Amino acid sequence: MGTLKLLQGNEACAEGALYAGCTFFAGYPITPSTEVAEYLSRRLPLIGGAFIQMEDEIAAMGAVIGASLAGKKSLTATSGPGFSLKQENMGFGMLCEVPCVIVDVMRGGPSTGVPTGPSQSDIMQCKWGTHGDHPVICLTPGYVQEIFSETVRAFNLSERYRTPVIVAFDEIIGHMREKIEIPDKGVLEVENRKRPTCSPAEYKPFDETKGDVPPVADFFSGYRQHITGLNHHSDGFPVNAHPRIHTDEQRLIRKVEGNRKDIIRYETFMLEDAEVAIFAYGVSGRSGKNAVEQARAAGIKAGLFRPLTIWPFPEDEVAALASRVRAIVVPELSLGQIIFEVERCAKGKCRVEGIYRVDGDPITPEQIFDKIKEVK
Amino acid sequence: MSERYEVRFSGSGGQGLILAGVIFAEAATIFDKINAVQSQSYGPEARGGASKSEVIISDRPIDFPKARAIDLQLSLTQESCTKYYKDIKDTGTLLVDEDFVKDIPKGKFKVISMPIIRTASEEIGKAFVANIVALGAITALTGKVTIASVEKAVLSRVPKGTEELNKKALKAGYDMAKTKMN
Amino acid sequence: MSFNYDQYIRGGKLPHIWCPGCTYGIVFKSLLRAVDFLKIQKDDIALVSGIGCASRLPGYVDWNTLHTTHGRALPFATGLKLSCPDKKVMVISGDGDATAIGGNHFIHACRRNIDITTIVLNNFIYGMTGGQHSPTTPVGHLASTMPYGNVDPNFNIPDLAKGAGASWVGRGTAYHVPALDKLIIEAIQHKGMSVLEIINACPTTYGRRNKFKSATDQLLWMKDNSLPITAFDKLPPEKTAGKFPTGVLFKKEAPEYCDTYYAMVERVRKPKEGRA
Repeated sequence: MGTLKLLQGNEACAEGALYAGCTFFAGYPITPSTEVAEYLSRRLPLIGGAFIQMEDEIAAMGAVIGASLAGKKSLTATSGPGFSLKQENMGFGMLCEVPCVIVDVMRGGPSTGVPTGPSQSDIMQCKWGTHGDHPVICLTPGYVQEIFSETVRAFNLSERYRTPVIVAFDEIIGHMREKIEIPDKGVLEVENRKRPTCSPAEYKPFDETKGDVPPVADFFSGYRQHITGLNHHSDGFPVNAHPRIHTDEQRLIRKVEGNRKDIIRYETFMLEDAEVAIFAYGVSGRSGKNAVEQARAAGIKAGLFRPLTIWPFPEDEVAALASRVRAIVVPELSLGQIIFEVERCAKGKCRVEGIYRVDGDPITPEQIFDKIKEVK
Repeated sequence: MSERYEVRFSGSGGQGLILAGVIFAEAATIFDKINAVQSQSYGPEARGGASKSEVIISDRPIDFPKARAIDLQLSLTQESCTKYYKDIKDTGTLLVDEDFVKDIPKGKFKVISMPIIRTASEEIGKAFVANIVALGAITALTGKVTIASVEKAVLSRVPKGTEELNKKALKAGYDMAKTKMN
Repeated sequence: MSFNYDQYIRGGKLPHIWCPGCTYGIVFKSLLRAVDFLKIQKDDIALVSGIGCASRLPGYVDWNTLHTTHGRALPFATGLKLSCPDKKVMVISGDGDATAIGGNHFIHACRRNIDITTIVLNNFIYGMTGGQHSPTTPVGHLASTMPYGNVDPNFNIPDLAKGAGASWVGRGTAYHVPALDKLIIEAIQHKGMSVLEIINACPTTYGRRNKFKSATDQLLWMKDNSLPITAFDKLPPEKTAGKFPTGVLFKKEAPEYCDTYYAMVERVRKPKEGRA
């Protein structure tokens, strides 16, 4: 039995980071994610870790990458406008294959928007926010307990695949308090990046012959290396207009897309015999569950598909679902973003209907139930 | 208890109502082992204005996390009462501070009026424990969470050196509500 | 015996990208001599850069090197330094990289007084992108985005660093090489944020446009227009007009950021004494 606590989602995120071995946090104050920073500012010094409030969001992302290159498991947390600002350095982390975790507590936007209101409208920014082609792993927990466990998983995935991992959840679950159990040490698996075993002279930081995820050496560990945001050869040095760029970017994508089975997680609820499926994550997934209960009580066969991994998108699962249900209902706190992915995978095999809301309140179970009745 | 039971703590920013909600949810989840979620409204102002903290209790898992059909609303100020009372259930209860909420909104819900802030300042001697007096009253009125658990949760959250004061405040609120219920 | 640069230069990485007449090579060699003089082990030093001509320098030197995004070298370096406070972390930047796009990071690294040696190669222009005006391009001078003469007022980099809280501030030039070696050595030795501005020549995108006939002319301009700070301070303002001081311009004792942070860590990790 672990420790029981009543925690905010943001606090559970911080606890998850600590459980996963995070010893470095850099951030900047922003609603509604600030509690992650506040919590870690209290806890990290107690374990000898580093907490630094940087001068801006861009700097926080840079410091996190710097710390990770020094071998530290590193975290930053932000929201809408701050997430936009971090994008360039996140791209650096993706190209240079730097493990780290970025938390985005989604609030209304664009611009300053509704700082204290929930949103799910950063979900495409999670995928395409930085320029260029790049791999993205993004997790979307819906309950406070899940924020804890998915943050642990985010660190594990970032270490396993040597890439930044995003954890995205909305303001409601970031701020609400639920009971969570923090497992004792050792109960959940905690993974560390693969480090080189070859001699420093032989070491190449991006050696594709070592597999899609080459071992990563820490700065100051004797493995002197050059890391650059320019496209690079396996030895880390810049490359210009060369077939290597194409194959290396393919490798970056492949190390994520090729491991979909390992990365993609989701919960299903009464989906086996469902005629109408709801595809929803985060707080909308919670409403979806209640809507399914209401529909079942009314004799309608509804079920829920609730992704915990939104990127890479669960394409095969949604395609399979589309071929056996009459309709997929997609409630989201945006004016329609993730629905395009559902439509892409459904390939016209079933109706796909969205429910959109951006007024600062969550989509209610009744709103979803009404839509289920309409499409059944 | 199989139904959702929704409690709203409302008043003015700085009265400690968010803390009261957190303590109530902690008593339910950690000490009484029943399900609860706590949420709060975040406005830009840290003090003043109308503020609320909501706790949903259920013996089933709670999915939709927002309170919408209030079983019990506490209002320590007129502004918060007027602003938030509309979604109190017909079978619900509105608990107001007798001195600060004079204009009672019309509705089918039951209204209980008690001198919560006066009890804190005069009987206990510290106005800042009004939130704990209110918490005692809510514990009695809801009957969903044991007073022993609430007391444990209070003691785990309040500043060192104020334990006795808070225990007294909790009991005063609890007893006052019990009297009203009889 | 001549200095063996090869011991520090990565095999196969030269020639460098800098244009003929660019003075960055002079600074590069001075930096290698300074680090060698201080006997800092290759494994114990990191050199971090942002974007621009200066930012390519780390690629040539056999240390732990990191070429980051435009203006952001100092945040990356801050993450490295705070993670490994016993290692030497240096940043090499340019006038645009450090004081325009990276201006916010620059002043805040100075404010924290974090132990990062920051060398700013000031060539008065954005060279890599073809000669756009930077915060140090002299007013009236031509740049590809100031075709009628620069109207943008300047930053004085040492003044900016001092005002923001850096505890060591100096200025050298690519012309005064022996003095430059000493300045780099002192900047590295200083514990805290040290900012060394080095005046450089970009004949290709700045000099050519601004009536310098050659790179040599630009070096001579450095010679003719600079004064050691000791001499500069003794002269009346009318004698120093148009000239700039060089040397150690400012230094003070101030708590270093990592020291202060980890002292706090030690303090809060100690078991509480004298419980009530």
